[in-house]
Amino acid sequence: MNINLPALDPLSVVAAGVCILAGVGLYGLMATRNLIKIIVAMQILTKAAVLALVAAGSANGMVNLSQSLAITVIVIDTVVAAIGLALGVQVRKRFGSLDAANLSSLRR
Amino acid sequence: MLLGLLIIGIILSAILAITAKRLLSSAIWLAGVSALSAILFYLLGAREVAVIELSIGVGLVTVLFVFAISIAGDDAMDAKPLVPRILGALLALCLTALMGWMVVPSFLSGVPVPEASSTDILWQVRGMDLIVQVTVIFAGVLSVLGLLSEKILTLPAETKGGRS
Repeated sequence: MNINLPALDPLSVVAAGVCILAGVGLYGLMATRNLIKIIVAMQILTKAAVLALVAAGSANGMVNLSQSLAITVIVIDTVVAAIGLALGVQVRKRFGSLDAANLSSLRR
Repeated sequence: MLLGLLIIGIILSAILAITAKRLLSSAIWLAGVSALSAILFYLLGAREVAVIELSIGVGLVTVLFVFAISIAGDDAMDAKPLVPRILGALLALCLTALMGWMVVPSFLSGVPVPEASSTDILWQVRGMDLIVQVTVIFAGVLSVLGLLSEKILTLPAETKGGRS
């Protein structure tokens, strides 16, 4: 198979970094059971998506379109974080811990 | 060069946010990720997004996290994750490699095209997005209010017996 490696221009470095950032977020999503940590990992994943949008817009000369999409993503991500944290606070009050495994009542 | 340094800083802060023992330091490292990515947005030419990221990502979200941690408590959980750590790391590595293989080459075939100003696009071309944003913010405020107000959640009989 013939894989031609991309030249090392700054935007491809950013694109590669965005992929690694998404990988870090995915690992964080899988490696923890703490509800607040899960929201931190989701924030990192969304940050990677927004960075990818802006970098792609910058590479194609469509920065303004990517900006308007990125603003939408940031707003919705903030609302998701607020609702997730409020849910976490309520879970802590009801179940006494932030463990996500406590939430599944089918186990016992 | 500067872009590469910034992206390395973002990844390091993200790793520290994931692996930090205390929730508070995790939130602070997440603010670091947001601040560094705001600088990156600015350097990539997306100035409006840089400002919004700096004010919302570093300001509002960090305040939300600190508020939630101060209510829920900063207990460090060392419970075993549902997916074994090694398997999780391997899966994340595979997905990263797949994404890199698919995403990075597409960045090289870009052809610059002329386009309208960002305010024109935001208010006229993508007006639907704005309506969706307003709806989502409204729904978010309502659900946070519903989740955090105890009077609505607990039954009247419970409040009499339980909270006196």
